[in-house]
Amino acid sequence: MPKNKDIKKVLVIGSGPIVIGQAAEFDYSGTQACRAIKEEGIEVVLVNSNPATIMTDPEVADATYIEPLTVEFLEKVIALEKPDSLIAGMGGQTGLNLACELYDRKILEKYGVNVIGTSIASIKEGEDRDSFKRLMERTNQPIVESDIVTTVDDALKFASEIGYPVIVRPAYTLGGTGGGIAENEDELAEITSHGLHLSRVGQVLIEKSIKGWKEIEFEVIRDGQGNCITVCSMENVDPVGVHTGDSIVVAPAQTLADREYQMLRKAAIDIINSIEIKGGCNVQFALDPHSFNYAVIEINPRVSRSSALASKATGYPIAKIAAKIALGYNLDEILNAVTGKTYACFEPALDYCVIKIPKWPFDKFFGAKRQLGTKMMATGEIMAIGNSFEAALLKGVRSLEIKQYNLELEASKNRSTEVLKKHVQRPDDERLFDLAELLRRGYLMEKVCEITGMDPFFVKKIQKIVRMEEELKTYTIDTITPEILREYKKKGFSDKGIANLIGCGGDDVYKLRKKFNIIPVYKMVDTCAGEFEAVSPYYYSTYDESNEAVPSDHKKVLVIGSGPIRIGQGIEFDYCSVHSVMALKKFGIETIILNNNPETVSTDFDTSDRLYFEPLTEEDVLSVIELEKPDGVILQFGGQTAIKLANFLRDMKVPIYGTKPEQIDAAEDREKFDEILEELGIARPKGKAVWSIREGKSQAEALGYPLLVRPSYVLGGQGMEITHNEEELVSYLTHAFKNDNKNPVLIDRYLGGRELEVDAICDGKDVLIPGIMEHLERAGIHSGDSVSIYPPQNVSDRMKEKIIDVTKKISVALKVIGMINIQFIDFKDELYIIEVNPRSSRTVPYISKVTGIPVIEIATRIMLGETLESMGYKSGIAKESKYVAVKVPIFSTEKLPRVEVSLGPEMRSTGEVLGIGTDFKHALYKGFVAASTTIPRNHGTILATICDHDKEEFLGIAKRLAACGNRFIATGGTAAFLREHGIEVQVAKKISEGVPNVLDVIRSGMIDLIIDIPKKGNNTNSDGFKIRRAAAECSISLLTSMDTLAAMTSIVESNFTPDDVNVIAIQDVG
Amino acid sequence: MDRVKAQLILENGAKFTGLAFGDIHDVVGEVVFTTGMTGYQETLTDPSFAGQIVTMTYPLIGNYGLNFEDMESKKPALRGFIVRECCDYPNNFRSEMDLDGFLKQYGVMGLEGIDTRALTRIIRNYGVMNGIITTEADKLSDDEIQKRLASLDNSKIIDTVSTKEKYVIDGRKQHIAFIDMGTKSGILRDFKARGCKITVFPHDVSADEILEVNPDLVFISNGPGDPTDNPETIETVKSLVGKIKICGICMGHQIIGLALGCKTKKLKFGHHGGNHPVKNIEKNQVYITSQNHNYVVCDLPDDVEATYINVNDGTIEGIAHKSLPIQSVQFHPEASPGPIDTQAIFDDFLA
Repeated sequence: MPKNKDIKKVLVIGSGPIVIGQAAEFDYSGTQACRAIKEEGIEVVLVNSNPATIMTDPEVADATYIEPLTVEFLEKVIALEKPDSLIAGMGGQTGLNLACELYDRKILEKYGVNVIGTSIASIKEGEDRDSFKRLMERTNQPIVESDIVTTVDDALKFASEIGYPVIVRPAYTLGGTGGGIAENEDELAEITSHGLHLSRVGQVLIEKSIKGWKEIEFEVIRDGQGNCITVCSMENVDPVGVHTGDSIVVAPAQTLADREYQMLRKAAIDIINSIEIKGGCNVQFALDPHSFNYAVIEINPRVSRSSALASKATGYPIAKIAAKIALGYNLDEILNAVTGKTYACFEPALDYCVIKIPKWPFDKFFGAKRQLGTKMMATGEIMAIGNSFEAALLKGVRSLEIKQYNLELEASKNRSTEVLKKHVQRPDDERLFDLAELLRRGYLMEKVCEITGMDPFFVKKIQKIVRMEEELKTYTIDTITPEILREYKKKGFSDKGIANLIGCGGDDVYKLRKKFNIIPVYKMVDTCAGEFEAVSPYYYSTYDESNEAVPSDHKKVLVIGSGPIRIGQGIEFDYCSVHSVMALKKFGIETIILNNNPETVSTDFDTSDRLYFEPLTEEDVLSVIELEKPDGVILQFGGQTAIKLANFLRDMKVPIYGTKPEQIDAAEDREKFDEILEELGIARPKGKAVWSIREGKSQAEALGYPLLVRPSYVLGGQGMEITHNEEELVSYLTHAFKNDNKNPVLIDRYLGGRELEVDAICDGKDVLIPGIMEHLERAGIHSGDSVSIYPPQNVSDRMKEKIIDVTKKISVALKVIGMINIQFIDFKDELYIIEVNPRSSRTVPYISKVTGIPVIEIATRIMLGETLESMGYKSGIAKESKYVAVKVPIFSTEKLPRVEVSLGPEMRSTGEVLGIGTDFKHALYKGFVAASTTIPRNHGTILATICDHDKEEFLGIAKRLAACGNRFIATGGTAAFLREHGIEVQVAKKISEGVPNVLDVIRSGMIDLIIDIPKKGNNTNSDGFKIRRAAAECSISLLTSMDTLAAMTSIVESNFTPDDVNVIAIQDVG
Repeated sequence: MDRVKAQLILENGAKFTGLAFGDIHDVVGEVVFTTGMTGYQETLTDPSFAGQIVTMTYPLIGNYGLNFEDMESKKPALRGFIVRECCDYPNNFRSEMDLDGFLKQYGVMGLEGIDTRALTRIIRNYGVMNGIITTEADKLSDDEIQKRLASLDNSKIIDTVSTKEKYVIDGRKQHIAFIDMGTKSGILRDFKARGCKITVFPHDVSADEILEVNPDLVFISNGPGDPTDNPETIETVKSLVGKIKICGICMGHQIIGLALGCKTKKLKFGHHGGNHPVKNIEKNQVYITSQNHNYVVCDLPDDVEATYINVNDGTIEGIAHKSLPIQSVQFHPEASPGPIDTQAIFDDFLA
């Protein structure tokens, strides 16, 4: 059937802020879907609370609402925009749930909105355990047998039916507490009895154990006519037990014979046909490695992380096709944009191997429990393409930016064999390296397979790499022959990886390679294994003879992407890269993107003119440059990943557009930068590097407390603390020097003032500041974790002038060409600089959207030689918007066991939402709602634990909250203090005082908001830490800063409801 | 131990150097590629590849080993097998042999470690051509190579893969007279699964011999080479038209087409793989199919209609006689290897 002509206006719901488990992949899919609908001449209305996305750009949809993703706000948008259709399933589980809720509450019916694509009824069939079970029974598909029992006898009876071993999972306990694997009746009786006791509802789930089964996924697409294809199969290298988001995944499946492959493919198609999916669907299977037995684990009737990976792995744009299907098209009516010849109704054939490796945040959260399990912990992922498993794996490893270029990890080498064995059995983020080390020590491969459950195919591949590594150690740079070197390059070894093993520099290997003329060629990802000529230039490197990436002689620019999403370097940088490409394209310049993140818009095959899916290491980047010979390379949009290539590329005489590497250096080098500030007469908090406790104490005396202390060798606020007195300082220094006595500790004066931030564009002479952002929380909290307000609400005109003046001075002094980000502190009416980044920053998408200034486009044009003046922009600050926008950070700490939750100098947030309002309070209200922060009112229950230092400040707020009808529960000290001041409070026991204590109160579900103002975080033994963890794990709103609390209190007092605010289209802002 | 080097040399002069494996000896054949990512064992044992050198476009081959259950015939009929990487450590619960051992046992020359994508692109751009895999490239003059390449004659290739003697597979339901042009065992398996009695005849069987066994339907199987190289079979089918129900797959489809007055033509590089979309014209439904053919049926006379077409290139994938019970498909509903979405076609044949 061709396009449904009745569809004129479609509502698309986004997935909201980036959290672990729901990340940039939905920006990629959502953007693709919006564009696919818009190009049909159909209006698109988009709602997404996440301002960092490409999809919320004014150009992507016709009306874009950066509004809270709640039913109430969606209804307001529907009432205003009157869309005739809704496409569910483009905004992850969030979007899907909201679509279902709008349907259930008859809001869609009320406004005459049709659900297009997969219907709500179909969606619901796979949603909960019971309907899924019924669906599987109807389609004759096996599932993992399970049952809920309430007695030990029932458990034993059920287990005897399904056979041992079984897994016991108590209902409603945190992180699976009290569960376990039972091998026999005795064990089952014991675990069940314990589990029933722990479960709040007295239930445990008994499930057949399928430990060691292979985990296989299929991405399936079906149209309204019933045409159904599978886009890609994927196999987890880790067997069942590790979340697929935390597994190394390979595409296509590697260890399935055609019989097994077709059996699962058919099962996937049968299921999808049975529930009449119209669009994309993901089906996950577990397959017994010893028989044809399999089980369907779950289905996801929407685009997903896996569908994004499958799209990038095959070149088949699943979200786009799903959107076209929703509009009425059939698969055989949609052209395959990659070949331009074939149709979307075919199954991609791969002639390469794709590997995805998760990127975990444990480098930021060193206290976290790193063990991988059924809950996803990775913040991002990388994808690598090679023509062998080994090549893809080695490319993948170096794409992770963990300073690892081969499989030999120092930490693994230092572990005993026994420890290694334990580690591979209970996998964590270093499993791959532990496994490699174990094999290196001659531990039997068969045994590795047995204890890990990994398929011997994969273990053998890793062993092959290890053996090649060991063999390489017998060579030196002088004895290695061209044949040997070529063989290693073919297997995916990097220059640095080789260098580390033979003991020379990476550049020595590079030079030798050049001498032997061993250079990579590039092959095309074409969806069809070369069967048809493809028109879409999407490439990966190999060391073959025949090169398919023939460079053009057009003017061209290479934009370096930002790699995997991680804490501190998120989707914002992808936004910047994509916008730079869009700007370059506007001016007829050929664009090339180099990136390795499969979740992003930047790696969509039609974003740039040419896409190289490659690691972002010096070698891999240089290889592409040597082939393409771009007129310039743009680094400043790719975050630290791209910036750190600056010096290398300069040394290799590669033309860099924008700020020169020397200037980038000057901003990043503390001493050089201090000199510049000194010359310009700009203040920064005084500080010094100290090498001993004694030196630290004397420095502290000179500066005065409080002090900001941090180790000198780390970036991004890691290990940074505020110390208020000598005792705290000595304790910090003792610990720091015990860990590392080779590097100094930096001690700065801590200024507890107001933090301000600007992103500015400089052409070397003039400086444009789109806007000043004010942080709600006082200095000491990482800028990425602060609530950020535009335009500033509490900054005097004089201070604004000063900010403009200082920004200009620094930008010009640093000879910035393009973007710069500066963070200030306004302390006692003096302006101090705390940080300068000569690149685009996290706040660029936000400030671009709320000011309406195309920041990246302007910066890109400046890099091409234009000036602000020639583009018609005046130097100075742009006119302030009539709207106020408030960015609220979003955390994923509930997903990361043992990670500190309180705000501090280390960044912990994974995403952000934006509230836009006619004034500050309206905007902040929306921001809190969008962040799902509970605003307690009308008999709300607030749990408070406040450190002594802040009790006085808290009192006023507590009174206001009580006046709004809220009641307090508090532990000893805080309770006594509140009672003393006439505030009614119920006492909860401290953890040490027995049960039921404060943790039980939290877990009981009676608390609406937790206020925990700690003296300092990171002490995992403290009550405060446990309270905060309990809050995170029970998903109860938690405030840890007095400033956020004060702002929240004013919102509580305002008593806003969604009816009090209007929804605002971003197209009308700025 | 140092591995033996071998070279693939194509008619157009292109050369690829890799490592020999399997049964190492020089072979000449028509070089084709298949894009199937699984099913190398079925491909190896598919008699339709007789006389050919088959290139796998998927780079990792042999991962799950080989077994004696997934054979599509008693032994491979192809001459050479080209892979980028031959897995020396296969694993699967049914695996009995590795690829190298399998090729050795059945006398197939293997070539490993060449740029299979570059080779595929050459075939795509220049069409199917003959090639030689040799371990003595340096000893062969260009003339000698061209002479060997030109000597390739596959016109009688069906003799090598069709059954020599008639045999019967028992069953209680319909009786099929099965003309074996080099059938895959998958087709027999699917008829057997439906309870059919099957009398399998050699490709040069006469119409009388067929009618003698009093079958319910005549089926012509897949097989290698050019359909027009089989005038006897075409004649046999011609004389059966109107007397009995006739069905066929792949080569069988082409033979039926020729018998009904259609023409056949050679495709530039054929369809080989498990991802080809075909549309059932009547139902307007698309299926993903397994395909392996270099020729297609074209120029249908008035009493023959196309029932399936290829979505990618519009070629005919199935025909039926407008008034007589005759139907056939170009693709492989028996799959093995490939998708099993069109299995119901066997029920259509028997209906």
